[in-house]
Formats: sequence, C-alpha cells, structure tokens
Amino acid sequence: MAIDPTRVPRFGHGSRVPGWDDAADLSKDPASVPDPATTPVPESLRARIEAHMAKYPDRRSAAIPALYEVQADYGWCTPEGVAQAACVMRLTPGYLIAVATFYDMLFTHPVGSHQVWVCTNISCSLCGADELYERFREEVGDDPAFNLRTFECLGACDIAPMASIDGDYVGPIALDEVPTVVEQIRNAQEVLPDKQLSRRKSVDPNAREQ
Amino acid sequence: VTDLLLFKNIDEPDLHTLEVYERRGGYKSLRKALEMDREDVLAELDSSAIRGRGGAGFAMGKKASFLPKGGMDKYLVCNADESEPGTFKDRELMQKCPHMLIEGMIIAAYVIGATRAFIYIRGEYDFQASRLEAAVEEAREAGYVGERILGTDHDLTLWVHRGAGAYICGEETALLDSLEGKRGNPRLKPPFPANQGLYQGPTLINNVETLATVPAIVEMGGAEYAKIGSPGSTGTKLVSVSGNVTNPGNFEIELGIRSRDIIYGLAGGPPDGHEVKFWFPGGSSSPVLTKDDLDLAYDFDTMAKAGSMLGSGAIIVVDDSNSVVDVALKTAKFYRHESCGKCTPCREGTNWTVKMLQRIKSGEATPMDLDIMASVQERIIGNCLCVLGDAMAMPVGSMIVKFRDEFEAYIEEARARNDALTTDEAPPEALIQGAAA
Repeated sequence: MAIDPTRVPRFGHGSRVPGWDDAADLSKDPASVPDPATTPVPESLRARIEAHMAKYPDRRSAAIPALYEVQADYGWCTPEGVAQAACVMRLTPGYLIAVATFYDMLFTHPVGSHQVWVCTNISCSLCGADELYERFREEVGDDPAFNLRTFECLGACDIAPMASIDGDYVGPIALDEVPTVVEQIRNAQEVLPDKQLSRRKSVDPNAREQ
Repeated sequence: VTDLLLFKNIDEPDLHTLEVYERRGGYKSLRKALEMDREDVLAELDSSAIRGRGGAGFAMGKKASFLPKGGMDKYLVCNADESEPGTFKDRELMQKCPHMLIEGMIIAAYVIGATRAFIYIRGEYDFQASRLEAAVEEAREAGYVGERILGTDHDLTLWVHRGAGAYICGEETALLDSLEGKRGNPRLKPPFPANQGLYQGPTLINNVETLATVPAIVEMGGAEYAKIGSPGSTGTKLVSVSGNVTNPGNFEIELGIRSRDIIYGLAGGPPDGHEVKFWFPGGSSSPVLTKDDLDLAYDFDTMAKAGSMLGSGAIIVVDDSNSVVDVALKTAKFYRHESCGKCTPCREGTNWTVKMLQRIKSGEATPMDLDIMASVQERIIGNCLCVLGDAMAMPVGSMIVKFRDEFEAYIEEARARNDALTTDEAPPEALIQGAAA
C-alpha cells in the first residue's frame, strides 16, 4: 500500500526533520579561534570564565561553566557570546557549539526568560504530569516570555507531579493551582511557597523520631 | 531498626552549615582518618564490604584498591549526576547535609592519594549545587580543604562542577568526558578509570551516598559496619520510593528487610485501595518485579537472584489502575531521548522500540510485533560501550515477558477499535492522493 504523503506532516522543504538543512554556509571555512584584537569581550564575562578555567588542569573543562555564563548574560548561547567565550578560552566557536548542542540546559536558539520545565517521566506521569503539562500550555499560551517544556526525570519524584520553575523545584502542583503559578511567575513572586522543595521535611519516620 | 547513619538529625535546622555539622560530631572521622595510615583506612573500607550505591553495586574498598600507588596525579570524582528516573536520595543528602559528603571525599582522597577532587552535580540541582558550593567554601576556610589539611602533608583542591542536563553523564566514563569539557559520550572500557580516567590519570569515581557513608565507616570501624544489613549487602541504604504510593520519599533502611515493609510499611502502599501491579526495584533501568515478589528481601543478591537489580535503590510503584503499555512507552521514550547516539544498537534500538510501542497504542500492531520487539531488546544488550541501551532493553523486555497477556489484549482491543472506524464507503474526494492538485 502506498503511503499517502498528505497524511504525514512535513516542513516547507519537504522533510519531516526540522532544520536538517539549517547548516552554515558550506563554502565558508570553519571559524578559527577568535582574534582577541577584533573580539571585544565584556570585562565581567572574561573574569568569570577565567575564574572557571583556573579550577581545572585543562582549560577545556570550563566549557560548560563558560557557556552557562554566556547564557546568563545573553539569555541563550548567542553566536556573539559563544565567540567571546571561545576567544577567552582559546578554542574554536565550533568546539563550544558542539558541546552546547549535546546538553538540554544549554540553549542554541532564543528561548523565553522564564524556565518552566514540567517533569513527565515515569513517576510524575503516574501522578498526572501529562495533564499538568497540558494545563500549563493552556495557561501560558504563546507568551514568548516563557520557555515551557517537558523534561525527563528532574529527580524529585517525591513531590510528583512537579516542575522546575526558574531553577526552583515546586510540587506537587494541582491542576487548579496552575493559574496561580503562572501569575506568580509573571509577577516575579515566589511560586507556591509552601510547596517549595527547599522547605520540605524528610518523610522517613525514623529520621523524624531521632 | 538500627541507628540511622546518613539521615540522623537530617531535619535539624542549619545542618548544612559547618557550625551545626561540627556540633553534631562532624569532621571527627576526618581527624581520626588522618592519624591513621592510608592502608589502614583502606582496610577499614574493605572490611566494611560496602557496595557502591550508584547502581552497579561494586565493592568500594576493592575499587579504591585498584588505583596505582605512587606520587602521580590522581583524581577523585563524586558522581552526583543523579538522573536515574525514580532516584532522588542524593538530592536530599546534598541539600541537607553537604558536609557529610565533603568529609567522606576528603577521607577517600587521602586514602587513594588524590590531590584534586570534583563533585559532578547535575545542572538541574541548582539549589543543591549552591548549598554544596557554600559548604566547600566553609570547609576551605576551616582548613579541611586546601593545602596541608589539618597540619598534615596532604593537599586537596575540591570543586563543584555543574552538568547541563544529560542522563548519560551519570555513566562514569561519559561523566569524565563531560568533566573534561567534551560532549558526554562514554568511552571504551578497558582501560578502566582506575588506570586511565580524568585527564588520563588514575581516577576513583563514587556515588554521593557511598562517599557520604565513609565518615560513618571510619568512625565505627569496618567490621562493625559490616554487621549491619545482610551478608553481601552490608550497611544501611537510602531508598527513594515514588509512583503510586501515599507517602513518597526517601527512607534509610537496613539492607535485607522485606520489600513489602518498604512499599507498604514506610511508603504506605498504593492509594485508594489499589493493589501493587508491578514495581521497579532499582530505578527505571531495573527489570520489573510483580506483586508476587513483594516478600523478597531488599538487598543486592536477592534482587539479582529474582532477575532484577537493586540499582540505585529507587523503587517506583505502579498500581493496577495503570496500563503496562503506557509505562513501557514512557520508559522507552526516556532512553530514546537520553541515548547519546554513539553506538548504533542503542541509538536505533531505543528509537525502534518507541515506534513499535506507539504502533501498539495506535492499533497498528500484531502480537508478532512483541516477538520482534523482544528480539530488538536482545540485540541491544551487551553490544554497546555503556549500559544505557541495556537499561531500556531490560525493563521493557521484562514487561513484555511478565505482562504478555496484557500486551496482547491491548493490541487486540486497539485493532478492534480501528476496525470499527473503517467503512465500505469510498473515501472523501479530498483524501485521495493527487486529488488536490
């Protein structure tokens, strides 16, 4: 039976894989280590990356910390930011981009400034994480300030279903609390203070007795 | 119940600060260890027979003894990339008692003669990483970390290194690559990290819980520690219980107690009168056990004998209100997402398993697909550099074996649902290929 091509959603270029032909201009040579004379680097970014490099016997070990610093300054791993980090670390931008694309927490495309990661792994989905994510999607809509995404196990199955909101673990989040949560994120308030993981007590009865 | 070793006073306010930790007897074991010979401390670790708490369960003392003696650059790495689904024990330990881990690391570094140590913590644990960084700074100011620790000629630098969200970086060689600033791809073994690890130097890698237990072992002596638990699985263990239970969380147990006492006793069992259908005894990578296995002793050897593993000590309970197909699909999707792509059997096998499970869900599969799926799992196991592929193949394979009836019933039901949708009428004009053009 022939497969009906109209049944399969495709992108403009006819492929089912997004961005497979987004590659850089192949007629250009790969970027070399940026020239310090022509790559201005903000002083504070340079100082922080150099401090990271000093911790390790091999400066390349500071690749992830340096990319975090770039992300902290520019919101994502921008080409300019990566070039600046590469200039300080004396590496090619390509090396750092190769590292950045491997990791879920390093963004190689622009993202919203509020990170809302809903864990949808086994334990959380047993407790209704997929519904929670859908509820978040309805509530957030297409607000570009949010980077709402599902995430693999965040390591907080005791508060399932949970989300990591701008780095803070919150849970269990009930479906009807989602509007409050989104409102609190928008107003830069602490999200559901009594459901923050940082305040959670141990549940081990033996630890409680002692 | 024996006295708790790791969770003692765990909720005491400000236990994460040096002041309270020292008041509770902290860093006494370090002083004791530094007065002993390295070989004697190693002998204590060896006689404690503590097995690694990260998942593989390899004897810690033996692993430490594999490192070559001598004055070369040696490294100690703490694996705090706790990403195994269902596992969250190290998180609580690092958040509430970071100095216990630091003390254990200083002792371990002294034993193997390492002068550089790193804690590789997963990037998502932002709060815990900050706590650790603050604690390391406190330890540095107090002279526990740095040059000439407590007046001895032993030096140690200790840094907290944040990962950036990759399950594979919990695999020891992938962790080393990531720590060296590369993509986190596993390496070929041998050479093992004990010979060529971080920066090609001899490296000892241990889990957070293993290293945090070291001060207790030094304090009470290895022989005394070995009396806790069962033979072959000594000591206490933190278990993370999650999923369909009323009281999910971390519990410190003596190894060898009945699994039922953990799932029903401590964690309260499934809510709303449901029954346990199956459970993962050691994180999502362990083959599942059913309700008939609830009376097994919870230790390394019994779990291995039952065809599963203790793994990281993460129990995920699934009750009878859930479909095994959904859990299998969730499991397979996780490993598909986290496969680093280096080895073909894992990269393709995880992808195909997800696709086949999706076919089952959409009613396009036949019972024969279960046999094909089982053969895919068979071809993954043992054929990759690391065990990520095996970690999907084993639980999914075990679900197909143990719940084959349910899989087959699901397939029939989904097919019948599809058949009911077909009619003898001709398809609408718009759906016929080429009609739109």
